[in-house]
Amino acid sequence: MDLTPTPQEQAFRDELRAWIEANHPGPEPEGDVAGFEFRRAWQRRLHEDDWAGVSWPKEYGGRGATLVEQAIYNEELARAQAPSTANVLGLAMGGPTVIAHGTEAQKRRYLEPILSADEIWCQGFSEPEAGSDLASLKTRAVRDGNEWVVTGQKVWTTLAHHAKWCMLVARTDPDVPRHKGLTYFLMDMDQDAVQVRPLRQITGEAEFNELFIEEARIPDENIIGGEGNGWAVAITTLMHERATLAFGLQIRVKITLSELLADARESGAAADPIIRDRLAQLYIECEVLRLNALRGLSAIMRTGVPGPEGSLGKWQWAEVNQALTELAMDVRGGRAVLDDDRWTYRFLRARANSIEGGTTEILKNIVAERVLGLPRMR
Amino acid sequence: MRFELTDDQRAIQQTARDFLASRYSAEEVRRLALEDERGFTDEQWAAIAELGWPALVVAEDDGGLGLGVVELAVLQEQLGYALAPTPLLSTVSAALAISAAGSPEQRSEWLPALAEGERRGTVAPLYSALDFDAGAVSGTLDGVPDAAGADLLVVPAGHERLAVVDLHGEGVRVEAVDGLDPTRRLSTVTLRGAPASALESADGGALARARDVIAVAVAAESVGVAQRAMEIAVAHARERKQFGQPIGVFQAVSHPCAQMLLEVEGARSAVLFAAWALDHSPQEAALGAAMAKAYASDAGWRVPAAALQVLGGIGFTWEHDLHFWLKRGRANAAVAGDARSHRARVADLIGL
Repeated sequence: MDLTPTPQEQAFRDELRAWIEANHPGPEPEGDVAGFEFRRAWQRRLHEDDWAGVSWPKEYGGRGATLVEQAIYNEELARAQAPSTANVLGLAMGGPTVIAHGTEAQKRRYLEPILSADEIWCQGFSEPEAGSDLASLKTRAVRDGNEWVVTGQKVWTTLAHHAKWCMLVARTDPDVPRHKGLTYFLMDMDQDAVQVRPLRQITGEAEFNELFIEEARIPDENIIGGEGNGWAVAITTLMHERATLAFGLQIRVKITLSELLADARESGAAADPIIRDRLAQLYIECEVLRLNALRGLSAIMRTGVPGPEGSLGKWQWAEVNQALTELAMDVRGGRAVLDDDRWTYRFLRARANSIEGGTTEILKNIVAERVLGLPRMR
Repeated sequence: MRFELTDDQRAIQQTARDFLASRYSAEEVRRLALEDERGFTDEQWAAIAELGWPALVVAEDDGGLGLGVVELAVLQEQLGYALAPTPLLSTVSAALAISAAGSPEQRSEWLPALAEGERRGTVAPLYSALDFDAGAVSGTLDGVPDAAGADLLVVPAGHERLAVVDLHGEGVRVEAVDGLDPTRRLSTVTLRGAPASALESADGGALARARDVIAVAVAAESVGVAQRAMEIAVAHARERKQFGQPIGVFQAVSHPCAQMLLEVEGARSAVLFAAWALDHSPQEAALGAAMAKAYASDAGWRVPAAALQVLGGIGFTWEHDLHFWLKRGRANAAVAGDARSHRARVADLIGL
């Protein structure tokens, strides 16, 4: 056991830290469009020096970083409070899915514009009647010569209003068992048959969208992983979502916690023995989250594959982040009725943590069935 | 960065697991807990000494193996998993205290004998208060672990000072007392002017570290306790049928099992980190130890308690073994600083 970085890991950290210091663009401007263009410019800057696709293989424009280096990457960007990238879903999910399941032609076509943020990606999985039970989705794709005609509705599509490509899972064969009749497409968002409507959430903002698809056209060559193989390809995307996003998120929790600790000290709330005990417990849980993630990395580096244990991390992250924002409201006491510029938003936004990216209930099912080996529910 | 056991550490883990499984069956644990006067046999102690476990963290210069806290944690987890009744942790604790505070003469008097298993030791609980005067100590100690089979006892002797009492000497009375956990024997030790050798060093840092190592060792044991209780619950949920199917298909049963895994793995991560920091990263060690003992104290009894609920009525019977793990877990939560006191330390250490 050795928790100190290797010389190679330390060199990676030093190089990245120096690069961020020299290139940090400062705070993000207000407003959806300005903010988005700012993030796009930041991603381009990252890409110019091969810092956009750190986890991607070198042959596809990435850096081929090890898992520990990826963890360091997330940590350093969070520590420097660097902006996020514009093409979050393309980098974390779309690209890795194309790399795993795409043809050579698809890799040449799609990967570079993901890295450069010239083409933004969104994810068309969930539907109004297919949330946790994703395999029951109803969006239909019907063959028409060399094309597919797609009709249906998708929901919770982050970035849809900026996106060029949508990772779309649709039913191509209604006559086979439901997991088998699905196909994974890349749908061009640039057509009238695709209508994007913002979905306003409890925070008042609209991070997500609804997608109304009315006879949209997708050419045959935009299928990833073959017709009827959509479920397996979608699982690849979801595994990457849980593994990569969750790792970055746990570092953000630590930063938010340090703000809460500072607030509690300043307001005197930290002197209250109950608040003090809860703050200490939260600190411990944040550390446990980080340590579990590090242990998970070492295990993946030995076995080669991310296991269902990733589900444990995402579930735990949601609980910790919710507990943190709940405690922050308690620390504010009577002033919690006011719309504070940080905690009010965070408290409300955290409600989604146990729903987005796999509900806590589904994650518990995965842990129970695939890690503990309990019998399946169905 | 590699956050997993080395091959050597895995070998210690496997040896411990195999040895304990072969020597401490559930029947034997029950027999020792309920029938044996001291709670262990001479043959069992000799076998443990033969394996070098009492010597594990004693320095090589003091006749030990000089291994680290990670190795100790690995071993302790297996002891908790098997729930082996043995005075090992008490003996190791005494050796850690003497290592931290003894003069060279004092170390050579006691440590080689403790490491060899020729003598056994124990340490007074943290809350103890005694009168110490001119080399003699008086007072009553409640709930001293494994005192019945021990030769020496480490007691507090003023601020950041310790002393060693010969339990076979003058002015010492050791009486068995019932405890929550029958797999670890407790005694009331009454001292009336008992001769005590004050340990000479007043290095508060070394003593604090020894206390942290003991706390992490207890926490590691609780990880093993929780792991075993979880395995018992999961096996039951697979086999037990109600309403025509294994109860593990019901989410009201399977989700608490998933919660057990969350707590077991979290406790294991916290313990391994603390153990590593005590060995290699002193500036993180105190915080690491406080976090580990706080988290594992809770997990160590909550997981067996949740397991009992999964088992239903059978889990509440004397006949089923699960209650031994529940009792050890809850007793461990109370020793070497409880969860609340360690959270208070965490709060102090992070500057609250």
